[in-house]
Amino acid sequence: MSRLSNAFAKGRPALVTFVTGGDPTPDATASILDALVEGGADVIELGMPFTDPMADGPAIQLANLRSLGAGTKTADILRIASEFRARHPEVPLVLMGYANPMTIRGADWFAAECVKAGVDGVICVDIPPEEDPELGPALRTAGVSLIRLATPTTDHARLPAVLEGSSGFLYYVSVAGITGMQQAAQASIDEAVARIKASAAIPVAVGFGVRTPEQAEAIAKVADGVVVGSALVDLVAKHGADAAGPVKELTAALAAAVHSARKGAL
Amino acid sequence: MNAQTPNSFRNQPDERGHFGQFGGRYVAETLMPLILDLEQEYRKAKADPAFQAEFDDLLEHYVGRPSPLYFAPRLTEELGGAQVWFKRDELNHTGAHKINNCIGQILLAMRMGKTRIIAETGAGQHGVATATVCARFGLPCVIFMGATDVERQKPNVFRMKLLGAEVVPVTAGAGTLKDAMNEALRDWVANVHNTFYIIGTAAGPHPYPELVRDFQSVIGKEARAQMLNRIGRLPDLLVAAIGGGSNAIGLFHPFLDDASVKMLGVEAAGHGLDKEHAASLAGGRPGILHGNKTYLLQDEDGQITEGHSISAGLDYPGIGPEHSWLKEIGRVDYTSVTDKEALDGFQLLCRTEGIIPALEPAHAIAAVKKVAPTMGKDQIILANLCGRGDKDIFSVAEHLGVSL
Repeated sequence: MSRLSNAFAKGRPALVTFVTGGDPTPDATASILDALVEGGADVIELGMPFTDPMADGPAIQLANLRSLGAGTKTADILRIASEFRARHPEVPLVLMGYANPMTIRGADWFAAECVKAGVDGVICVDIPPEEDPELGPALRTAGVSLIRLATPTTDHARLPAVLEGSSGFLYYVSVAGITGMQQAAQASIDEAVARIKASAAIPVAVGFGVRTPEQAEAIAKVADGVVVGSALVDLVAKHGADAAGPVKELTAALAAAVHSARKGAL
Repeated sequence: MNAQTPNSFRNQPDERGHFGQFGGRYVAETLMPLILDLEQEYRKAKADPAFQAEFDDLLEHYVGRPSPLYFAPRLTEELGGAQVWFKRDELNHTGAHKINNCIGQILLAMRMGKTRIIAETGAGQHGVATATVCARFGLPCVIFMGATDVERQKPNVFRMKLLGAEVVPVTAGAGTLKDAMNEALRDWVANVHNTFYIIGTAAGPHPYPELVRDFQSVIGKEARAQMLNRIGRLPDLLVAAIGGGSNAIGLFHPFLDDASVKMLGVEAAGHGLDKEHAASLAGGRPGILHGNKTYLLQDEDGQITEGHSISAGLDYPGIGPEHSWLKEIGRVDYTSVTDKEALDGFQLLCRTEGIIPALEPAHAIAAVKKVAPTMGKDQIILANLCGRGDKDIFSVAEHLGVSL
C-alpha cells in the first residue's frame, strides 16, 4: 500500500495539515514540518509559493509573499521535500500549489522531480479535469497521485469527471470561496460528504475554513480526513522561525480531536 | 472536387476553448460549473436574434456607434508615407472601446439571472465602462482596482463612484491590474451563485477571450465596411495597441482572412525591453495565469513579474491567448514602443489632428510614426484610436515636467 492509502487506513479519520513552503524562510520550514508530524498529522501538504495565489485568502496570500520574499525557489521546495522524506520515510507528503510553477519546465520534469523528492501526491488548484492533459498524464505515469478538489458547485453530473484520474484522496472544499475564511454549515458538509462518498472509491478529506479542534472533530465524524491550513499558517505568521512549538501544540489538539471523533459512536 | 471549408484564421478557439496551445480553462473547480454554464448561455445568446438586436440597439443609441472612420491629413503629410486613417472608438460613450464589451457582457449576465456585477480595472476605463452599464441596468457593481492605480487614476475612481459603483482598492502584490484580477477572482469564487464577472479584456478562462473578441469585433466589422464604402478597398496595414489586447483583436479579427491586410500589434516596452516593460510577447514565455495559457512575463520558476508601462491600461504581465496564437502562426506582427515614444506619439496627434489620445493608443500612433514613412503614399494604414486622453493629461503633464 502507498503512504497515502496507509494514512487513511488507520481505522480513524486522518488529519491533513498545510503550511506554505519557505515561510518564513526555506531553512525554517523543516522544523515546522517536523512539528506537524510530531503533533500527530497524518498527511502533510507543502504549499509551493506563487506570486498570484488566486484561490487563497489573506493568511495564505501573505505566507506566499513571505516565502517568495525570503527568496524561495522551486528548487528549495523540492529540497525541503526530499529532506523531509529522508527524515520521515512513512509520512505522506503532498505538494499543493498553482499550475504555472508546476508546469513551467514541463509536466514530465515536475513529475520526475516529485518522484525524486519522495512526494506522494500533487494538488493543483487551477487545473480542473477539463485541462487534465496539462499535468495529469505525467503524474499518473510517474506514479504520483493527482489529488483533485471537489466543491459545493461540483454537482452529481460533474463529480465522475472530477474523480476520473484522481487518486490518493479527494479534497472536498466545503465552502464556495477562498482558503481561511468562513466555515460551511456542518449540515451542508454532512450532506455533501455523504453524497460524494457514495461515488468515490478514494477517501474524502474536507477543508477550507477549518480552524479549531471542535470544527475538525465535527467534520471527522463524517469525513475520512480533515484539512487544516490557514490556522497553522497564522501561527507561522505570528511566530516566524520559532513557530515549531505553537504549530506542534495546535496540531496535537487537532489530531486528538480528529482521531477520537468517532470513538463515542463506535 | 467537393466544396471544402476554406482555411480560416477566424474559427478559433476549438471546442475546449484553445487557440492552438493557448487559451483554455485553468480555473478553480468552484468556478468550473459556472464557466461551463456561461459558455452554454453564450452559445444560445449568439444564435438569438433578439440578443443581437438588443446589443446593436444599445451600441447605436447608448454608445453612439458606429464610430467614425477618419482620414488624418496633417499626420499623413507630416509622416510623408502611407495614408493614416483612424477608427474613432475614443468617441464612444465613456471615451474608450471598453463599453462595447461591457454592454455585451451585462446583457449576458441578466440573461443568466445574475444580480451582482464585479470587474477589475487598471487604468479605470473598464471600471468606468462597467459602472456605466451597471447604472444603466440598475445592478450593484463592485470594481477591484490596485491601490497603486487608485492613486494614479483618481478621476476615474471618482467617476466610478458617481456612477454608483463600490471601488475596492487592492493592496496585495504591487497593487496593479493583475492583483485586482486576483481579487476579483477571489470575490467571484465566494459569490458564484449570484455574481457575474465582467472581464475587461480578451483574456481569462474560455469563453471570455472568445466572447470579448466577438463583442469588440464591432470595431473591425464597422471599419471594414466603412473602408470599402469610403474608398472601395481594404487597408494595407492595421495597427493597434495591446495590453490584454481587446481593442486590437476587435479590430483585427474581421480582417484575419483578408490576405492583403497586414496587422501590427503594439506592446508597451516601458523603459525599454531590457528594463521594466509590459511586452509579454516580446519579453515573456508561455505560461498559465488568470484562467488561460498565454505569453506571460515571468521568471524561470514561473513566478509572475510585474509589468511596467506609462499607460496603466497596458501594464499587465499577460496578453489575450488569441494574440499568442496569432503571433505563433505568424498572421499578425507584433512590435513594441517605449514610454518615451508613446509620449511623442501622444503629442504628435494632439498637434497635427487636434485629437488628444489616451496613452494606450498613443503606443499605436508611435508605431504608425515609425512604419508610415516606410510605406508608399498609395498605401493605407488604419489604426485604432481606442480611447481619449482626458484621463491621462495629469500623468502626461508630470512626465513632461509641467506642474498643473
